[in-house]
Amino acid sequence: MSVSYNDFVIRFANVNGSGSASANGMFAKALFRMGIPVATRNIFPSNIQGLPTWFEVRVSEQGYLGRREGVDIMVAMNAETLVEDVASLKPGGYLLYDNSKPLAKTLRRDDINEIGIPIATMLLPQFSDPKQRSLFKNITYLGALAGLLNIEFDVITGMVSTQYKGKDDLIEPNIRALEIGRQYAVDYLAAPLPIQVRRSDQVGDRIMVEGNMAAGLGSVYGGATVCAWYPITPSTSVAEAFELHANRLRIDRDSGQKNFAIIQAEDELAAIGMVIGAGWNGARSFTATSGPGVSLMSEFLGLAYFAEIPAVLWDIQRAGPSTGMPTRTQQSDVLAAAYASHGDTKHPVLFPATPKECFDFAADALDLADRLQTPILVLSDLELGMNDSLSEPFEWDDARRYDRGKVLDADDLDKMEVFGRYLDVDGDGIGFRTYPGTHPEKGAFFTRGTSRDEFAAYTESEEAYQRNMERLLKKWETAATLVPQAEIEGTGNSVGVMYYGTTATPMPEALDLLAPEGIQMDACRIRAFPFGANVRDFIGQHDVIFVVEQNRDAQMRTLLINEFDCDPNKLVPVTYYAGMSISADFIHRHISEYYQANKLPRLTEVQ
Amino acid sequence: MTFVAKPRTHHPNLPLNEIGLTRRDYEGSVSTLCAGCGHDSVSAAIVQACAELSLPPHRFAKVSGIGCSSKTPSYFLNKSHGFNSVHGRMPSVATGANLANRDLYCIGVSGDGDSASIGLGQFAHIVRRRINMLYIVDNNGTYGLTKGQFSATNDKGSTSKKGVPNLYEPIDLVSLALQIGASFVARSFSGDKRQLVPLIQAGLRHQGMAFIDVISPCVAFNNHQGSTKSYDHVRNHSLNVVDADYIPINEEITADYPPGTTEEVRMPDGSTLRLHKTDNDYDPHDRVGALNYVQRRAEEGETVTGLLYVDPDAADCHEIMDTVHRPLNELGEAELCPGSKALAAINQSFR
Repeated sequence: MSVSYNDFVIRFANVNGSGSASANGMFAKALFRMGIPVATRNIFPSNIQGLPTWFEVRVSEQGYLGRREGVDIMVAMNAETLVEDVASLKPGGYLLYDNSKPLAKTLRRDDINEIGIPIATMLLPQFSDPKQRSLFKNITYLGALAGLLNIEFDVITGMVSTQYKGKDDLIEPNIRALEIGRQYAVDYLAAPLPIQVRRSDQVGDRIMVEGNMAAGLGSVYGGATVCAWYPITPSTSVAEAFELHANRLRIDRDSGQKNFAIIQAEDELAAIGMVIGAGWNGARSFTATSGPGVSLMSEFLGLAYFAEIPAVLWDIQRAGPSTGMPTRTQQSDVLAAAYASHGDTKHPVLFPATPKECFDFAADALDLADRLQTPILVLSDLELGMNDSLSEPFEWDDARRYDRGKVLDADDLDKMEVFGRYLDVDGDGIGFRTYPGTHPEKGAFFTRGTSRDEFAAYTESEEAYQRNMERLLKKWETAATLVPQAEIEGTGNSVGVMYYGTTATPMPEALDLLAPEGIQMDACRIRAFPFGANVRDFIGQHDVIFVVEQNRDAQMRTLLINEFDCDPNKLVPVTYYAGMSISADFIHRHISEYYQANKLPRLTEVQ
Repeated sequence: MTFVAKPRTHHPNLPLNEIGLTRRDYEGSVSTLCAGCGHDSVSAAIVQACAELSLPPHRFAKVSGIGCSSKTPSYFLNKSHGFNSVHGRMPSVATGANLANRDLYCIGVSGDGDSASIGLGQFAHIVRRRINMLYIVDNNGTYGLTKGQFSATNDKGSTSKKGVPNLYEPIDLVSLALQIGASFVARSFSGDKRQLVPLIQAGLRHQGMAFIDVISPCVAFNNHQGSTKSYDHVRNHSLNVVDADYIPINEEITADYPPGTTEEVRMPDGSTLRLHKTDNDYDPHDRVGALNYVQRRAEEGETVTGLLYVDPDAADCHEIMDTVHRPLNELGEAELCPGSKALAAINQSFR
């Protein structure tokens, strides 16, 4: 029988709150430490204890990190979901289950391999405490998997020792449970299976980290001093990561006091209000929320747009509308973010695709907010934010200086004849501002959400109002040159594909799946709104462009059509929005079908 | 209302304060509120209070929400930055401003619609966080800018200009502030400058949340017979429990009140707040007692004014959070950026 290495999907079916996350995380980390590319996905309920939860690991020597459909190995540890878990296995797949109780006959499938391990029975004489038995059940199947898949055992035992450093009495029983599982696999099962792992060099110097962790850390590096937030899944860990790292890295050496302030606000309205108050008063500040929070914050975003106050908002998107599926992923806040608030408003939006980009955009967003004096929204999602992903390591250039934008100090004001807060002195649509308390006589102005003239005086003059609105458009053009530009790869094909954020993750695999069918496309990864000139050019240069995204209404496509006034017929929507992350199989299938239905020329036919 | 611009030149004989400024240096733009509006008296009291304290007029952050009251930060302290934000959200903006720069004096002016209706949640939470600021509510019981609807502080049974009675229970911001942790709670009347100015001075010097509910009659929509927030009604039904005299650090404390009826409170900055008791049973350090007294009197139709509660030793939000003394908005890369070496170690922790 032929053996395949480093290429499978394994899914762990557990009960929420049963302590499985730690064992499952160790499984993924062990493979990562063996140099094998892995991608992890938590599929969890909006619940704390008792409901079903799944953890999926995609193992791919080629480095494909997107979700792949079908499961090769199912670790079925939740009786409640056994029926659907058995059904989700691909033909030829492996069902690993606790056969202390026999599997119901109705669950039997002829086309899969059952691997029964009497975990509960084996643990009964070993651990007298039922709670321990329940916890070590997870460690035991991890040990069995080590035997079945050929995971280097010392990598796992090494992790146990590191994880429980200082709690030495926990190390021995954990290792004992691992051994029990592995020994059983070696003694009684056909270990190793034809699906195996082996050490690889495909990880390189990459790290494994959650996007939200990267966002919080990047905000520390980017100089945020004020964080105000309100708990909401899946964004909460952004603020928590900021606090975690700030408590380590932002303590004043002499006084032991904090070089930052973090407030858990009473609601999202207050959170964004605090961010805007702090931004107005010259501190770099940010908040993190999800779709429902963006709805609540919209009034304030309009104020910050119109009054021109820096702010950074992370939206870790989840499945809407309304409360939707709060623990599932989507890219469905694109339009809500881009045009948040009443009146003519629009905001720069950044679309990170990897943890590294979350880190980079966190600092960039703070610079952009100060430079453009406007809210910057960063659209991540649950897929990126809450799952450990392989990522290029974080980098920081020590020569980098924060761009605080156009801010006048007392000396600047003394040298000036005229100060007008909203005067467009440089022709880029951005005025000079002052922080409160700068100068005894000069530079004070009144900030308001009402219309005003160039000198910040209240006015209802049509001309002054319109001049101001036009200047904001000029600033928008400046913004288009400063935000991260789209990444374009192409060889002059007539068909293109556009995508953004986590839709980029499965894209290399999707393109590889399409290539043998003669389907070759140029690719454009949008990284920010307003779109740069290269996005306009990309649309102009291609006859057909697939816009791949994770929402029902093809929101990015709408945004492109609206901003560029381009022909809607050439932008073909490919949308997946069921709440899991979009897979390469889905993209492949839909583009392939479109080619077939519309008889688009393929490379082989052209040649 | 007159719209004649204020002359730029000052009267040569205007008295100078300790930092060589006259009261005119603390003024703002010409008010656009109705003639006789109580809110203008509050603005004038703020001007007088700041001038007498010789505070630098550019070292304030003035914040407000939306409504007649929220327009008033334009009408005092023109040398300071002001921020007229969105309806009911002044507390969050003030919180952010205070987090960014703890060295500025922060004055928030709000109204009863702004703080007791749409912004009641934010009001409650800024009080419990003890942000170091002076929070004034110009309380007229009515929505002025939208022409006379009842606000949530309007007393049950009080009538509108058209004679329609208010059917709902009032929210008393003073009682609420006492209950949820304000360390300085006072009530006054816009028409009583002798009481209001020292209260504002003490509130400015107080370290933490200083809340003053100022009954400020609306001459356009809530100054008729039947209103419980009219000039006549408040004058006839207010009960002063504690007079506050504010004494700056360097001024000698004179004893012109009979011994046994005054109490001196040492403020954190070394200045003194002298409380003159007109009712010997009233203890302004007893939070529960204050709450009880205010509500009992309200039942009898009386509005208690004066300094109702003060805790001069309470910590403010920065102290609670243990932030550095330097304003956060002054910190640069050296204090804020951990650098590439630390990042290499962090990367390693993710391998």
